Amino acid sequence: MDFLQQFLQQVLNGLTLGGIYSLVALGLTLVYGILHVPNFAHGAFYMAGAFVSFHLMTRYGVNYWLAMAGSAAVVAVLSTLAERLVFHPLRHHSGLHPMIAAIGMMLFLEATAQLIWGADFQRMQSPYSGIVELGGLTAPVQRLLIIAAAFLMMVVLHLFLKKTVTGSTIIAMAQNRDGASLVGIDANRVAMLTFAIAGALAAIAASLYAPINLVYPAMGNLVITKAFVIIILGGMGSVPGAIVGGLIIGFAESFGAFYISSDYKDIIAFVLLVVILSVRPQGLFTKGVR
Amino acid sequence: MKYLEGRIGWTLLVLAGLVFPFVTGNDYHLTVMSTAYIFALATLGLNLITGYTGQFNLAHSGFMALGAYVVGILTVDHQVPFWVAFALSGVITAVVGLPLGFVSLRLKGHYFSIFTLCVGYIMFLVIEKWESLTHGTVGIIGIPAPTGFGGYVFDQPRALYYLVFAFLVVGAFVMHRIVTSLLGRTFMAIRNSDELAESLGINLARNKLLSFLLSVFYAGLAGGLYAGFVRFLGPDLAGTHHTFEMTTFMLIGGIGTILGPLLGAIGMPWLSQHLQFLQEYRYVVFGPLIILLVIFVPNGIVGSYLAWKARRASNEAKKLAAPKAAQPVNTTAPQGGATHA
Repeated sequence: MDFLQQFLQQVLNGLTLGGIYSLVALGLTLVYGILHVPNFAHGAFYMAGAFVSFHLMTRYGVNYWLAMAGSAAVVAVLSTLAERLVFHPLRHHSGLHPMIAAIGMMLFLEATAQLIWGADFQRMQSPYSGIVELGGLTAPVQRLLIIAAAFLMMVVLHLFLKKTVTGSTIIAMAQNRDGASLVGIDANRVAMLTFAIAGALAAIAASLYAPINLVYPAMGNLVITKAFVIIILGGMGSVPGAIVGGLIIGFAESFGAFYISSDYKDIIAFVLLVVILSVRPQGLFTKGVR
Repeated sequence: MKYLEGRIGWTLLVLAGLVFPFVTGNDYHLTVMSTAYIFALATLGLNLITGYTGQFNLAHSGFMALGAYVVGILTVDHQVPFWVAFALSGVITAVVGLPLGFVSLRLKGHYFSIFTLCVGYIMFLVIEKWESLTHGTVGIIGIPAPTGFGGYVFDQPRALYYLVFAFLVVGAFVMHRIVTSLLGRTFMAIRNSDELAESLGINLARNKLLSFLLSVFYAGLAGGLYAGFVRFLGPDLAGTHHTFEMTTFMLIGGIGTILGPLLGAIGMPWLSQHLQFLQEYRYVVFGPLIILLVIFVPNGIVGSYLAWKARRASNEAKKLAAPKAAQPVNTTAPQGGATHA
């Protein structure tokens, strides 16, 4: 029984981590699908999302959910601006230049956050600090909330992409740029929309995760690197791949931290990637050469 | 400008470097300059794999830290003489780079960059967490200064400056020989197009790996010098921000040139010195600067100058060619008419 409890506890942790990672990876994979640019600044958007929520809650006493919505809106605007001002002018350049520009943007956002909020670690309060007991299994409410909200967001995103015309334009653009243009899809509009969605998802993920973690300017770095691992595993540009990959990494980390070593838990994702790509350079779920 | 190109220009630069300690009377300036030289050496390495071979390696600072830790661990914990440890710093970095390069270079473009980003992170985390070997976050303290012949010790700023400078000059010269050789042309062919290079009979995997190994060898040596120069090491050296910084140097000076990365790596720290009131906020200025450069001056200072020169040369060639091309038409037309008549 004891073993089973510990096991279920790790499943719960895995779902929490996996949900957060999936939300971040989804934004990254959508952007990659449209622009074929690895957006290194995506982690900085995640960080900005946490700070905006934190700011709204501590400075203006805004309700947790409203703060999350506000931060999603702010980061969506930020992300769209990045597309307009940085990636759009570079759309005809080779692979190297947009990557470096994305890094420049990441460094800028981090330094700006540090300028505004300082380099210190901040703690964000959640109104949901209770603990639920379920048959010997203890679950902090915030964790259950993360799981519920993350999977709700995934369902909403799925319905948006599959059931609405606007959502379909994103999929069409990702599948074939020229074809999408031929049927009258405005490439600029789709690119902006995609960046806005990616930014909002990152902000929501950060706001959900922040109460059980810390808020600081470099908080996005580790998350974004893991999100890259996830979308490489899941196939870059693939939406289901991002969700499955996020859960794989989430579970690998929670079980690895518990059964192997919590010191090295942050390495697990990368070792997994290195091992998998050494055996299968094309990733787990994709076909064809890179 | 023409006089300053080629050998004369390089000689002048070396002379300037030699005279610098006599011009500045300030040890602090010497330290800033020596640190800049060490990072310039590492940036030359990054430039070989990224600027000349077209593979953006984001684990570069990890390899630099590896070289530094080889020197730190061997000299402090195992009492190995500095120069033996230093020689090993380059070799061990290349040995570790061999399997890592082999695995990562099977991936192309973005995948290679993201993969090396992860490799760099692993290197950073291993250095930070493997306390029994690397002393973890405490770092390695008390690395001995490099020794010279007959008991001489490089512990004065001026002596260290010349030592580091000598390595940079040799490093830049060797790099110049590499990129102007057939091997360098091979790397550039790979940068310009994988498929085209392969169809010319170039072995992609072997040449990419060779470029990668040479590149990390430079990083390892630069790290070894860093350990002997700063004499204190922390895991921070492996942080990705150092790779990003070196990328900025390379980009500002001119990617895929020798002079460009040197200019960037030596000029930028001086610019930072003047922006010292910004300190850790310098990326509030430099971040947008990087973006603007990438958009408007994608070839950097040296690259833009070369492009301007090439444009001018082709314009002049056109001017010279134009009257010559016009002449035969004028002269042959009447002749042709004459033979008909």
